[in-house]
Amino acid sequence: MKGLMILFRRELALAWSGGGGPLLACGFFLCLTALIPLAAGGDPAGLRPIAGGVAWLALALSSILSLERLFERDLEDGALDLIALGPVPLELVVLTKAKAQWLAVGVPLALTAPVAAITLGLPPSLAPLVALSALIGSLGFALTGALGAALALGSKRGGLLIAVVVLPLFIPPVVFGAGALERAVNGLDPAPALAFLAAYVLFAAVVTPFAGAAAVRNAQG
Amino acid sequence: MITVSALTVSRGERVLFRDLSFHIAPGEAVALTGANGAGKTSLLRALAGFIRPDAGIIAFADSEPAEARTRHIHWLGHQDGLKTGRRARDELTFQSEWAGADADGIAAAIDVLALEPLLDLEVRKLSAGQRRRLAFARLVAAPRPLWLLDEPFAPLDARWRAALGLMMQAHLDKGGAILAAVHDPLPVTARPLDIGAGR
Repeated sequence: MKGLMILFRRELALAWSGGGGPLLACGFFLCLTALIPLAAGGDPAGLRPIAGGVAWLALALSSILSLERLFERDLEDGALDLIALGPVPLELVVLTKAKAQWLAVGVPLALTAPVAAITLGLPPSLAPLVALSALIGSLGFALTGALGAALALGSKRGGLLIAVVVLPLFIPPVVFGAGALERAVNGLDPAPALAFLAAYVLFAAVVTPFAGAAAVRNAQG
Repeated sequence: MITVSALTVSRGERVLFRDLSFHIAPGEAVALTGANGAGKTSLLRALAGFIRPDAGIIAFADSEPAEARTRHIHWLGHQDGLKTGRRARDELTFQSEWAGADADGIAAAIDVLALEPLLDLEVRKLSAGQRRRLAFARLVAAPRPLWLLDEPFAPLDARWRAALGLMMQAHLDKGGAILAAVHDPLPVTARPLDIGAGR
C-alpha cells in the first residue's frame, strides 16, 4: 500500500509539472470546441442536435495528448527499470499510472466539459449530467489510454502510434457518453447509457493492468 | 547470494553467450568484463529479470526470483532513471523510498554522498557525475544485498571513484554482493568474470 502511494504521488507530480499537463489538455479541449462552430458554418442551431456527440469527440481527442508521457519517458531515461524492481507488481504500476493520469488530466477535462458542451449549444440544465458522464468516461479514456501507451512503447513516433491504437478503443465510451446526453436532451432517462459507460470502465480496469504490464515487460526485454 | 547455471542469452538471432555458470557469495565483488557487444549489459538485465534467458537457471539464495527482484536487488544501469524536470530532492526521495528506504537511510545517503548542496536544483542543472551520485544514493539509502551495476563509474572523477569504492567495501563488509560490468578495475578487491570477446 505504501509503495502504491509513493508511486501515485510521483505520477501526479510528473503529470502536473511536465509538458502535456492538465492546463494544456484543457486548453486544447476548449480550442477544439471553439473551432467546431466556425468549421460548421454560421448557423449555431444546426450544431445543436449533435452538440453532445461533438463535445465527447473533443473530450476523447484531448485525453490522448499527454499519454506519451505515461510510459515512454520512463523507458527512455531508465526509470522503468527501477520501477520494475520496486515493491509493487507491474500490473498495479500500470493501474496506478492510469489512475494518476485520470486525476491529473481526466478530472480537469471532465470539469471543462460542461463549458464546452454548453458553448456548442447543449441546454445549460444538462451541465451536471455532462460533468458526471465525462468523469466516468475520462476514467475509461485514462485506462485504455494507458494500455495504448504501453503497447506503443519503444516504437519510433510513439505518440502518433498511441493515437492510432487508442482512438478505436475510445469508440464505445464516445457512443455511450454522447448517447446519455442525447437521451437527456430528448427527455429520456440517461441512466442506461451511463450504466453502459460504467461497464466499459470496469472492463478496461480489468484488461488494462494485465495487458499493459505484458506490453511493458516486452518493451524492457 | 546468486547462482547462475548454464545460462544462455541471445538478442534477436544472435547468441551472446552460452552455458555460462557462476556463483557469487555474500561479501564478494565480481568484475564483469568482456568486449563491447559481448553481452555484459544483457547478462545483468537477465539477472534483473528484464530479459528472459533462452536456457539456464538463475537462483537466488533464500528467495524466489520474483521476490528477490523486488526486495533484494539494486539496479544501476547506464541511465540514472532521473527525471530532468524535477528537483534532485524529489527524485532522490522517490527512488530511495521505492527501493524501500526510510527517512534515516535517505539522510545517511545524502550525508555520505555530499548531496545536500544539490538537493534544491533541478536534475537538468546537474552534471553527469552529479547525476550518477544522485542515482547512487538509493543504493546507500535502501539496504538491498545484491548490487547489479553497469559501468557505474563512467561519469565520475577520481575522487568520487575512490569514495564510492569505500561505500562498496562497506556494503561487502555487511555481507552484500556486487556484480559490476566494468572496463576499468573496480576500486575494491574483485574476482574477474570474463564473458568473452563478442564479435
